[in-house]
Amino acid sequence: MAIEVRDVNKSFGTTPVLHDVSLDVAAGSLTALLGPSGGGKSTLLRVIAGLERPDTGTVRISGVDATRLSPQRRNVGFVFQHYAAFKHLTVFRNVAFGLEIRKRPKDEIRKRVMELLELVHLEKLADRYPSQLSGGQRQRMALARALAVEPQVLLLDEPFGALDAQVRKELRTWLRRLHDEVHVTTVFVTHDQEEAIEVADTIVVLAGGEVVQAGSPGEVYDNPANPFVMRFLGPVTEIGGSLVRPHDIEISPDPVEGGSPAVVSRVVRLGFEVRVEVEIGGHEAWVQVTREQADRLGLGPGDTVHLRPAPGARSLVLAL
Amino acid sequence: MAKHVLRVVAVVYVLFLLVLPVALIVWRTFGDGLAPFAEALTSPSALHAFTVTLTVAGWAVLANTVFGVGAALLLVRHEFPGKRLLGAFIDLPMAVSPVVVGLALILVYGRFSPLGGLLESWGIQVIFSTPGMVLATVFVSLPLVVRAVVPVLEELGDEQEQAAHTLGASRLQSFVRITLPGIRWALGYGVVLCLARSLGEYGAVAVVSGRLVDQTQTLTLFVEERFQNFDQPAAFAAATALALIAVVTLLFTKLLRPKDRSDGN
Ligand SMILES: Nc1ncnc2c1ncn2[C@@H]1O[C@H](COP(=O)(O)OP(=O)(O)OP(=O)(O)O)[C@@H](O)[C@H]1O
Ligand SMILES: [Mg+2]
Repeated sequence: MAIEVRDVNKSFGTTPVLHDVSLDVAAGSLTALLGPSGGGKSTLLRVIAGLERPDTGTVRISGVDATRLSPQRRNVGFVFQHYAAFKHLTVFRNVAFGLEIRKRPKDEIRKRVMELLELVHLEKLADRYPSQLSGGQRQRMALARALAVEPQVLLLDEPFGALDAQVRKELRTWLRRLHDEVHVTTVFVTHDQEEAIEVADTIVVLAGGEVVQAGSPGEVYDNPANPFVMRFLGPVTEIGGSLVRPHDIEISPDPVEGGSPAVVSRVVRLGFEVRVEVEIGGHEAWVQVTREQADRLGLGPGDTVHLRPAPGARSLVLAL
Repeated sequence: MAKHVLRVVAVVYVLFLLVLPVALIVWRTFGDGLAPFAEALTSPSALHAFTVTLTVAGWAVLANTVFGVGAALLLVRHEFPGKRLLGAFIDLPMAVSPVVVGLALILVYGRFSPLGGLLESWGIQVIFSTPGMVLATVFVSLPLVVRAVVPVLEELGDEQEQAAHTLGASRLQSFVRITLPGIRWALGYGVVLCLARSLGEYGAVAVVSGRLVDQTQTLTLFVEERFQNFDQPAAFAAATALALIAVVTLLFTKLLRPKDRSDGN
């Protein structure tokens, strides 16, 4: 295991932020720390990096107990949400910083920094200052700077949080490819479930300061540990007292076995998908169908339809 | 209309309070050409006063730079009991008259106080000598560096320093390589202000120095003493020199100010 966190507790003053958090991160993996705002993701990441000291519990990095080590000695790469670029240094000097601290020979530094800048596609901007870069470029510079010291683990706090949707998507794919190239154990924080599912090979759901579930994206999506995780990982709707994914519902004009009647209240066409909003058993729900399906059924407001979970659909019974 | 009245008021105000006095001093100084000016400033007493002023101001600026940066770091980056009290104390010299400061220093370090007696028995004379004058000057110019650095340090935040730590930098390394460059303009501004204040200090230094001609006489004391002794050329020459130094330091602060801003974004 590259990172082993055991029973970590952390409070700020009297506010508990992490509660008995244990976490294993396999060497070479790309793990997403997913959870709602204020869930303690950043705090956990900072505990791993040594920027925050846990009240109790231990952190081991590559098998070495790092709980009492200062960040300076942990050899982790940390990328801050707002980049923390060294404003008075050029892109080149930013990336070279860790190597200069380690007193590496000048030409070795030059070679390594240029390699890294090529890796993050910033080789042409080496002499610029951070204020002359776009957000995405700054983010990549911060990543190159963290990678320069060949860290044992790379920790990214909402790496794409401050970027617009388009750049975000690009960088996501790019991060995935970069990881396949560099293979450094990576943990990144996000509150965007789509990002976690798309990029990570392991997802750890953290909420209210506790690890709620950990597993591969498929596992977490298909077998959510509780309604919270199910809601957090994707769209859900409620039919017959169960939580179901809206695309896992069969809709038909005629009564079916195990189905419940519902009245269509609105049909919303969102490009390829069509969202059918219904009233069922006195409350509202919605079903996601394809355009083709919607056309075939010819649904309109006021129609009565029959709904049931598709065979093999995952659903969670809600405790009333 | 109101605009014009305001403008006239402002101009008259500045004219009578600033322009006229300074212009008169300059006119009196150079009224008989440059030679008397040079002569008055190169008299042994004047030169000695220059040296004393520079020595005292130099030490005071050094002390307040080190203390100022330290105190600013403490106030911005750390939580500790008594923090607000420290902040209030740092502003105290703004409110207390320098004469009071001088008297207080005599009470603490004077020959007849326990602390002063002890220091004297070790051969260190504080009052009526350079250490006391440095102390007095340090006190009156204490807030300038701290107050210049604190807001910039706050705006800088500590993420860059944390990033430096994760990249392997020690506290000292991250201070020298990250924090110091981040606050350099503000620090320069504070140091220049502190220098200007130290060079011009009169009240506190007058009390603790004992005004010993050719021994503890600073340039401001020299001006006053020459004026009292009807040596107006020397008094005006030294006053003009002080004013010129002030103008130069002011220009420096003007140079430092705009960069400060462009550096912040
Ligand atoms: N230095 C601090 N002092 C006091 N409270 C803090 C501190 N840092 C974090 N907290 C509190 O700890 C809780 C968890 O914060 P944390 O930043 O870890 O959440 P997060 O999961 O990263 O949230 P987000 O997605 O909004 O970044 C929050 O309630 C926050 O207010
Ligand atoms: Mg956070």
